[in-house]
Amino acid sequence: MRYLDEYRDPVLARRLVREIRAAATRPWSIMEVCGGQTHTIVRQGIDELIPVRMVHGPGCPVCVTPLAIIDRALAIAARPEVIFTSFGDMLRVPGSGADLLSAKARGADVRVVYSPLDAVGLARTNPDRQVVFFAVGFETTAPANAMAVLRAAEEHLGNFSVLVSQVLVPPAMAAIMEVAAVDAFLAAGHVCAVMGWTEYEPLAARYRVPIVVTGFEPLDLLEGILMAVRQLQEGRFEVENQYARAVRRTGNTHAQEAVRRVFRVSDQTWRGIGEIPASGLVLAPEFARHDATLRFGVGDLGADEHPACIAGEILRGTRTPLDCPAYGDACTPRRPLGAPMVSAEGTCAAFHNAGRTRQERP
Amino acid sequence: MCLGVPGRIVARDGETGIVDFDGLRREACLSYTPEAGPGDYVIVHVGFAISVLDEDEALRTLAVLRAIPGGLDEISR
Repeated sequence: MRYLDEYRDPVLARRLVREIRAAATRPWSIMEVCGGQTHTIVRQGIDELIPVRMVHGPGCPVCVTPLAIIDRALAIAARPEVIFTSFGDMLRVPGSGADLLSAKARGADVRVVYSPLDAVGLARTNPDRQVVFFAVGFETTAPANAMAVLRAAEEHLGNFSVLVSQVLVPPAMAAIMEVAAVDAFLAAGHVCAVMGWTEYEPLAARYRVPIVVTGFEPLDLLEGILMAVRQLQEGRFEVENQYARAVRRTGNTHAQEAVRRVFRVSDQTWRGIGEIPASGLVLAPEFARHDATLRFGVGDLGADEHPACIAGEILRGTRTPLDCPAYGDACTPRRPLGAPMVSAEGTCAAFHNAGRTRQERP
Repeated sequence: MCLGVPGRIVARDGETGIVDFDGLRREACLSYTPEAGPGDYVIVHVGFAISVLDEDEALRTLAVLRAIPGGLDEISR
């Protein structure tokens, strides 16, 4: 496929690996923030080919959606008047008791949509039902979710609402920079396609870390790693853009404008990490009638994590799945305890699917 | 989750277009890429074009990668 296959060329990949090996004089640690990148790195074994420690970040909205929000989704989906719509990857995320897939098996009307606009379409064609869309995501997905709300408001669809769990990447990166021993970061290419990279410039300067906006194919990741290593070797701390074919410095201003209209920045709880100031989005007051949390009165639901799960440390990059006593034993992709084992982009699931096993200590 | 796939716009009608992904054609919302038209490549995420692909930059990236000197094509682990 054009603009994908060219970036999977094994000959060029080998050359990039050699360049990284030649350039790195120290075992630098580099965090990739995005779960899609984690998936490629682990599946291709990129981290096993290079003398760089790849640290896997919080990288997936599925993984960081708080347990309490999943429980709210389940409470709403259980109501007979509701058609609950979601992206497919949220269906297997365990709440404190169940997941949306098992709710569907028990008779809840849970439907997977490709686009948030499909959920708006369902509200249009089912005026006697309440259609709720699970608006989850990073900055990449926020413009699509914003457009769904704008369309519903324009069409006065009183039966459409959204359960919002939108998170922002730069504040989380700043929180990680405070605690994790990471020398450089690969910023998520599609988040930056929307937002640009101006927000990262003060972070690179303040924490003295190189940040490289990076794509998702093997050659993108290897080149991003090489660019980060070169900066580290030369003592530079800049934001560079490896993914120039898709990302401009100021991002997509049309998409940003829609996000600004529909959402307001708020403090946000990240599953496994806790609350990070100004790291999330909530609906602006003028769109309150489309807020599912208010409409169904589920704002008080809270929940506790499974005690054996070390998801928080994994999402912050301070430990790896192989450090977790539950990994591969009590916790597998078929029966996940914590969020990083649920999504294919979660670090634990990526490790497990690549066949990485925990060395039992005698 | 933030998967974005490059596809070529084959038709545009206002805010909506048909995007071709290697033979698979899907409708996509083009509200956020008003400058894009038939023939342009866009990155599509959850049914929305979020970025117009810059073909010159794509070629430049590949040229940089191809300029890396070759050598032994076996990697010893």
